[in-house]
Amino acid sequence: MRDDSPIGLFTLHLALLSLVAVGGVNTIVPELHRQVVEVSGALTDQQFADLFAIAQAAPGPNVLFVTLIGWQLAGLTGALLATAALCVPTCTITYFVTRVWDRFRDAPWRIATQAGVVPVTIGFIAASAFLIARAADDNLVALAITAATAGIAYWSQINPLWALAAAAALGLAGFV
Amino acid sequence: MAESAVLDPVRQKVPRLSELFLGFLGISLSGFGGVLPWARRMLVERRRWLNEREFAEALALCQFLPGPNIVNMSIIVGSRFRGIPGALSAFAGLVGVPLVIMIACGALYARYGELEALRGALAGLAAGAAGLIVAMAAKMMAPLVREGQVPAILFALAAFAAVGVLRFPLYWVVLVLAPLSVAYCFWRPK
Repeated sequence: MRDDSPIGLFTLHLALLSLVAVGGVNTIVPELHRQVVEVSGALTDQQFADLFAIAQAAPGPNVLFVTLIGWQLAGLTGALLATAALCVPTCTITYFVTRVWDRFRDAPWRIATQAGVVPVTIGFIAASAFLIARAADDNLVALAITAATAGIAYWSQINPLWALAAAAALGLAGFV
Repeated sequence: MAESAVLDPVRQKVPRLSELFLGFLGISLSGFGGVLPWARRMLVERRRWLNEREFAEALALCQFLPGPNIVNMSIIVGSRFRGIPGALSAFAGLVGVPLVIMIACGALYARYGELEALRGALAGLAAGAAGLIVAMAAKMMAPLVREGQVPAILFALAAFAAVGVLRFPLYWVVLVLAPLSVAYCFWRPK
């Protein structure tokens, strides 16, 4: 793909990436970051963290983070292409596997595959957390907000949306 | 109609396409900060499309396959009741309205994202969102640590270091680490 078609290249990457996005879009955040911030420079680190935050705060599945990136890259076309690229391959797989799931649900290779993929997925999500935090936390107040939100989400039953609202309010008041 | 092997075909009432659409629309709009708990509430408790065991089965399949769990759930449930049209209805219900909201957010961000007042709010929000994903990683890691699964912890740390610190392309890391980790799980002493 040529440089004058970044959304085409991004769409292809996403379609491929979707196949390893076990658990959801958080698994592939490190690669999204590498593609659009580090390799192509289409977004700044800060824009990437902003869009991730908007996707977390807005209703709906957080897969729509890629919709926002697509929008930034190429407007409406980009948003729709990115969303389709992430959803169509995996939905097709799900549709077909659903019918044969019973046949291999208890197969040793199936169980080993799932058990083996989980730790790798966890590592990727931890990498996502690291990269997003590094992009978002350029001062001590931001770092404290990240730590507090993480603590609330980890230890309490409070809806994390309240923590996000509080974080945004602190920022609006000029503390961050 | 396609019968899904995952779900028990005996059901007193098959939801219409519009019900599948509205059901998943409801899930998507109430699911701030994590959609799955809402999905269980809607699918099992309110609409009774699945029983507890069926939901657990479907969730296991969602977690096994690539793609967001809730999106896979919409395909499983939709196709179970109404084949491909059902899958499309459920998917459209789940993603359609949030997609429009997200595009509106994207447009607003592109236009006003650099405004001084909004910058502050976004900076705070971004710091908070980072905290959520830190907690998510910690929650997933906790069982491995509690159970002392040292090899799994090492695979997780290797994946973290390779993509998070060394910034290797994710594909290559998957192709190297996943087969090793799966092979270990397959052949480890039971």
